[in-house]
Amino acid sequence: MLSAAIFVPVLAAVLLLVWPRLDERGARRVALLGTAVPLALMIVAWLRFDGDGGFELVESMSWIPSIGVSYRVGVDGLSLPLAAMSALLFLVAVAYPADLRGRPRQYFAAFLFLEGTSLGLFLALDLFLFYVFFDLGLVGMYFLIAVWGHGDSRRSALKFFIYTWAGSLAILLGIIGLALSADPVTFDMAELIRQQPLGADGLRAVLVFLAFGVGLAVKIPTVPFHTWLPPAHVDAPAPASAILAGVLLKMGTYGVVRIMLSMMPATFERFALPIGILAVVSIVYGALVALAQTDLKRMIAYSSINHMGYVILGVSAAAAAGAGDIDSRTLALSGATLEMVAHGLITGALFLITGSVFARGDTYEIDHFGGLASRAPLMTSAILVGSFASLGLPGLAGFVAEFQIFVGTFAVEPVLAAFGLLGIVITAAFFLRMVQRAFFGALPERWARWPDLGRSEGVGLAALLALVIVIGVAPSWVLDVIDAGTSVIVGP
Amino acid sequence: MNGGHDMDGMSMPVGDVTPEILLVVGAVVVLVAALFLRRERQWWCPLLAMVALASSAVAAFAMLGGGQSSTFFGTYAADDAAVWAKLIILAITAVVLLMSIEWFAADARGGELYALLLLSAAGAIVLASATDLMGVLLGMLLSSATGYVLTAYHRADARSGEAGIKYYLLGALTNGAMAYGVVLLFGLGGTTTLEGLADSLIGADRVGLIAASSLVIVGLAFKLGAVPVHAWVPDVADGAPGPIAALVTTAPKVGAFLALTRVVLILPEDALGWRLLVAVLSAGTMTLGNLAALWQDDVRRLLGWSAVSQSGYGLMAVVALGRSELALPSLLFFLLAYAAANLAAFGVVVELRGRRDRGAYAGLATARPLLALALVVSFLSFVGIPPLAGFTAKLSLFAATIDAGYAWLAVVAVINSVVSLVYYLRVIAPAYFEPLVAPIPVLGQWAYGATLFSAVAVIALGLLAGPFIDAFLRADLLPG
Repeated sequence: MLSAAIFVPVLAAVLLLVWPRLDERGARRVALLGTAVPLALMIVAWLRFDGDGGFELVESMSWIPSIGVSYRVGVDGLSLPLAAMSALLFLVAVAYPADLRGRPRQYFAAFLFLEGTSLGLFLALDLFLFYVFFDLGLVGMYFLIAVWGHGDSRRSALKFFIYTWAGSLAILLGIIGLALSADPVTFDMAELIRQQPLGADGLRAVLVFLAFGVGLAVKIPTVPFHTWLPPAHVDAPAPASAILAGVLLKMGTYGVVRIMLSMMPATFERFALPIGILAVVSIVYGALVALAQTDLKRMIAYSSINHMGYVILGVSAAAAAGAGDIDSRTLALSGATLEMVAHGLITGALFLITGSVFARGDTYEIDHFGGLASRAPLMTSAILVGSFASLGLPGLAGFVAEFQIFVGTFAVEPVLAAFGLLGIVITAAFFLRMVQRAFFGALPERWARWPDLGRSEGVGLAALLALVIVIGVAPSWVLDVIDAGTSVIVGP
Repeated sequence: MNGGHDMDGMSMPVGDVTPEILLVVGAVVVLVAALFLRRERQWWCPLLAMVALASSAVAAFAMLGGGQSSTFFGTYAADDAAVWAKLIILAITAVVLLMSIEWFAADARGGELYALLLLSAAGAIVLASATDLMGVLLGMLLSSATGYVLTAYHRADARSGEAGIKYYLLGALTNGAMAYGVVLLFGLGGTTTLEGLADSLIGADRVGLIAASSLVIVGLAFKLGAVPVHAWVPDVADGAPGPIAALVTTAPKVGAFLALTRVVLILPEDALGWRLLVAVLSAGTMTLGNLAALWQDDVRRLLGWSAVSQSGYGLMAVVALGRSELALPSLLFFLLAYAAANLAAFGVVVELRGRRDRGAYAGLATARPLLALALVVSFLSFVGIPPLAGFTAKLSLFAATIDAGYAWLAVVAVINSVVSLVYYLRVIAPAYFEPLVAPIPVLGQWAYGATLFSAVAVIALGLLAGPFIDAFLRADLLPG
């Protein structure tokens, strides 16, 4: 079943590419079907998930047995929410209107291919397979940005590809170092988590940890490896930006928890403090730079760096085994995991809205707008919910996640948590200022005919934001699943 | 060890060289046919050559896992490594043959070409199988001599002739150096068989040993297109007839890599530090190839430099020989993956009638989507994007190198892989992101088919790497 969620979109992508006479409507239908199936499958997986610890719904097949590589997929409380959120976001992004540049089949095929690789990454239980999907995602996103982006999109796409590819290769070295340390050599994640082949000390453990750390830090991204992100986001088409922020960035944080924290916790503990500091720097730096932006999309891009900082802060608190009790650390990790899901939904929605803004106004400059609320109440409501959720207003998903992260972290690293809170204050400032300048105040003459959200825009955003509210009000159904995974990871 | 023969390695069982004999006989038959058949019946020549290649491959395949590894008084290997190399070389030659049919259709001497292709394959095979330095030298010369002629096959074309001359001059120099090295080793060890030298070189004069082995390694480095004797590769890739460029950057490399592994295995490690030397050559080759390719606007020269850098990656396996059990499997898989990707890339160039300028690939994805896809698949395999064959090759090469304690070399290779992405994308970008400016004429169905076959092989080898890696792990390698 999980394999079907990975390969149905890939097959749909192939179908689109080899069916030259398909028109735009037909291509869109194939794409909607190809993304609806994985979402349905993820819902079924959610219903069948027991949460008794360990990996469930496992499917496996021998691949390169002599070096311990197999095709193996499954879910636990960490991967299931991420995969389900990704499936939803892909459906909404594919349905969202975009400038297809006369190549509808290729556009939808790229999205479907990217969905297959993204779900594959979260569901993979073998490091080799994980890496395969990690890299293939880059290829899909490269083409999406370069062909359907705007501005200097080819350059941004190249920068994105080269930066993250360099990061991936560092991860590859880490994977090899880790797999070679196991006895016998294996890429099986469950086995590596059980074996913990590298101890806390030793040059090899530190080098492998650093390789993963640098590689994943590029992907997340944390300061100082973030410079590829703003241009990639700004020049990408809006649905691709939503996927980039909502799904691809999570691959980095997911890797940190799945590999670094689960397979080498002893080494992570040694580095928990510096990583926590780096997270706080990302939080504050991301927020301050976002505050300085006049470009709507760039501002949201930097807010992503800030939010990924919260995730890493929570993970580093969870790793500091010597400094805090198990409950606080589990709370921090659960918060970090929920933050990944919440950020995917919230920022996914915000980037989609920027796409609608750009389609109507042909610019992202916040100061060129004003008073749009009077013309577009739906769009204004959507961006208000998204912004409030992003800045952590209680009752919305972001709050639940950030609350858990900070409560957990205060018990472990109080000073870091205190500095991290600064980020929330700044985030509130720039989101409120943006909403005020662009959506309230006087409406400039040229936007007098500004149309509100259309149906295909409204339905998708409503789905994402409704979920943000539901999780904010009644989070336990998600948190139960997440806790099933995080308690095993942090547990003794 | 002996699979049915009376005396281990001490007889002359002609059956052990059936694949080679079939190639040589095939070459003679093709040559005679080319001489006596009328122009319109010359199509027999590629057909006969293909039959020779196929029957040779069948004969080679039957030798796999035979358990008998040495033959002809210990001067020739029938080990699995040699058999796999034969199969790879024969497959390469077959694909090149298909690419050649339309390219050389108008050439008055089209028929003779196929005889040369067979002899070239035979040369590479001897190089891969010889366990005696004289045999290595013989394979070297046969492979080089056919290579020069094939490169300069378009006599009227100045580029082709120039490439042939450059190839020949550097080849003459390095083949001569190698012959001299062989003589020195004979003087130091009193024999030319590798097995004999492995014993007799222990305690030999260190300076003499360094000089002799350096000369031999330089000779083999020439065939590999490795630093410091790589200069011919971009010229040949650019000037030689398209299918020949694909051949000489691929098949002789397989032979030379096998020969190099056999030669370094007999060198006394503590006295020489050959491992470090090969590691430095590897790092230098991949770095130089990549940097030179970086701003290349001529796609054929770019492919030439890319072939240089790929040799650098392959040398990583040689560094790990004897230190990691993944060394030989990673080398063989690398050769397979490299051959498939290189043939696909050159195949696209051939099918586009030798098109050079990067800008002229604009709109290829619109005009010829499958050719553009073949180009992407081959380039991404060179870079090492999974699940393509090149990725599995790089993964196993990295693992072998790290296992052997040469993690720094793996890091150099990683940095090089990042750099290489830039120039491959510089070709892919116009093909996909720019509109078609002029119609793109193509060569014909055979070359098209051969190209797509190679591209499919790149994908299939990546997805189905398991059985190959298994078989390569079981393969034995002489001497040792």
